[in-house]
Amino acid sequence: MTDKSKFGFETRSVHAGAAPDPTTGARAVPIYQTTAYVFDDVDHAASLFNLQTYGYIYSRLTNPTVAALEERVASLEGGRGATGCASGHAAQMLAFFALMEPGDEFLAAKRLYGGSITQFGRSFQKFGWNVRFIDSDDPENFRRALTPKCKAIFVESLANPGGVVTDLEAVSAIAREAGIPFIVDNTMASPYLCRPIEWGADIVIHSTTKFLSGHGNSMGGMMVDSGRFDWTRSGRYPSLSEPEPAYHGLRFHETFGDLALTVHGHALGLRDLGAAMAPLNAFLTLTGTETLALRMERHCANAQKVAEFLEGHPAVAWVSYAGLKSSPYRALAAKYLPRGAGSVFTFGVKGGYEAGVKLVEGCELFSHLANIGDTRSLIIHPASTTHRQLSDEQRAAAGAGPDVVRLSIGIESVDDIIADLDQALQKGA
Amino acid sequence: MDHEHYTDEYIAGILRQTKTIAMVGASPNWNRPSYFVMKYLQGKGFRVIPVNPRAAGEQILGETVHASLAEVPVPVDMVDVFRASDAVPGIVDEAIAIGAKVVWMQLGVRHDAAAAKAEAAGIQVVMNRCPKIEFGRHSGELSWGGFDSGIITSRRTRKVQS
Ligand SMILES: Cc1ncc(COP(=O)(O)O)c(C=O)c1O
Repeated sequence: MTDKSKFGFETRSVHAGAAPDPTTGARAVPIYQTTAYVFDDVDHAASLFNLQTYGYIYSRLTNPTVAALEERVASLEGGRGATGCASGHAAQMLAFFALMEPGDEFLAAKRLYGGSITQFGRSFQKFGWNVRFIDSDDPENFRRALTPKCKAIFVESLANPGGVVTDLEAVSAIAREAGIPFIVDNTMASPYLCRPIEWGADIVIHSTTKFLSGHGNSMGGMMVDSGRFDWTRSGRYPSLSEPEPAYHGLRFHETFGDLALTVHGHALGLRDLGAAMAPLNAFLTLTGTETLALRMERHCANAQKVAEFLEGHPAVAWVSYAGLKSSPYRALAAKYLPRGAGSVFTFGVKGGYEAGVKLVEGCELFSHLANIGDTRSLIIHPASTTHRQLSDEQRAAAGAGPDVVRLSIGIESVDDIIADLDQALQKGA
Repeated sequence: MDHEHYTDEYIAGILRQTKTIAMVGASPNWNRPSYFVMKYLQGKGFRVIPVNPRAAGEQILGETVHASLAEVPVPVDMVDVFRASDAVPGIVDEAIAIGAKVVWMQLGVRHDAAAAKAEAAGIQVVMNRCPKIEFGRHSGELSWGGFDSGIITSRRTRKVQS
């Protein structure tokens, strides 16, 4: 119910959530390195435990440094609130924890970060949460796969390992008609390039580990709630609409309205799942978000040039970057990512698996590691690393076949980035 | 008055000037939303007087419940409406009769015709908002829960002090 922000994206990147510390006047957000917070008296403690007043109890639930980051990311995404947690995977866990009951289903795009495919397809089964992976290139595939047990649709706006853009507006319309929330992992795009809530997303997930923190130095995750989904109407989201025994019969949606999912994320999700964000990581990520717009501009400009270079390279079979004229996702990118198609993409080396391994091992500037969204340029061969737990068919479906190499283009001098790839490709040829 | 978007100054001004609140539809059940709001506002120094004919004579959080606004024995600055929208016109008539300065309708409560009538009588109106959330938004406390307050400031002091 906040009025639409008067402030621009860059201003909010620097300031949202980060007013001067009221006690000391400290201008940067302090690192509140504390486990717990004193109560004024027993009545104050009771109000806090009953969720009747705002305040801090214990840093597994809430922490002032983490809260500043939550407000910042909520503001950048145009959400009502956000729940920060230990990693992107923890954020996915928090979201589904609020929505799913044992025996429920959800639909997820089949092109996802490999770790998400494993989390959804294997570990979630232990809770009785069943995923079905859908080819999202035709959004109607989601409609065809809907069942009465289906509780959500999950996609990545710009899918990892790269080059694939989801038609958010079309998928959100299908979710809305089905009366289920639309969840978008916006990690690869960041809110600078795409704000899924503007296209109908109900929940946005981030691995803040990537572009939001931006420097490859801190893990984190965020579940952002748009505040728009009506959790009560269908009666199918009992965690949010029915009396919660652990809070003496409180109904989250009725009591907290459009804040309900964010309160639930902290008061139930983090309390019981335990994956809290460390205050130091929140601080580093706050610092990272201050330069998000500047970094994303350069990330995208460099990635565009590198993708064009690779497309013309004799050792390269194909390049999948949504910013290229040759990309089948170019039109979707123009609509959803008008400021740039991100900096993570894949390409195929001639010579398959062996050539891919030689290339990553031949780089001198690119770091061979399993991460994206760093200031540094990163390279990985998914088939031999991030996606190796998957079957051949799953790897192919996820866009991680034997010849595929994934790049995360950093903000170094673009000529140096290109020169390093060129010499490594020559070594492999 | 644009009842879709209130300026920060409009809301903060109301919260700064208000001392006594009559809460119509206050519930004696501790896990009801009205009880949360009453307890919070009391903690911020407001006097909150519950009005609810079904609980008249009972005590809620140390205050006696009255059957109607007319029976509240002290001057009322703000009438906080925890009732369905169709109950608003009657409450506005009573609020005008007792000389209240503000009629505040909770989240989900809105009645444009009644609001216009109140405003014609010189009453400030807020609709579809929660005073607990708005107080928290302006004091900085809402941000503690990870919510977007929409407030950006380089100043140490807030428009509303908790
Ligand atoms: C798109 C996407 N979602 C989620 C994750 C998981 O995030 P984390 O590693 O912070 O748990 C990643 C990590 O690579 C990712 O790229």
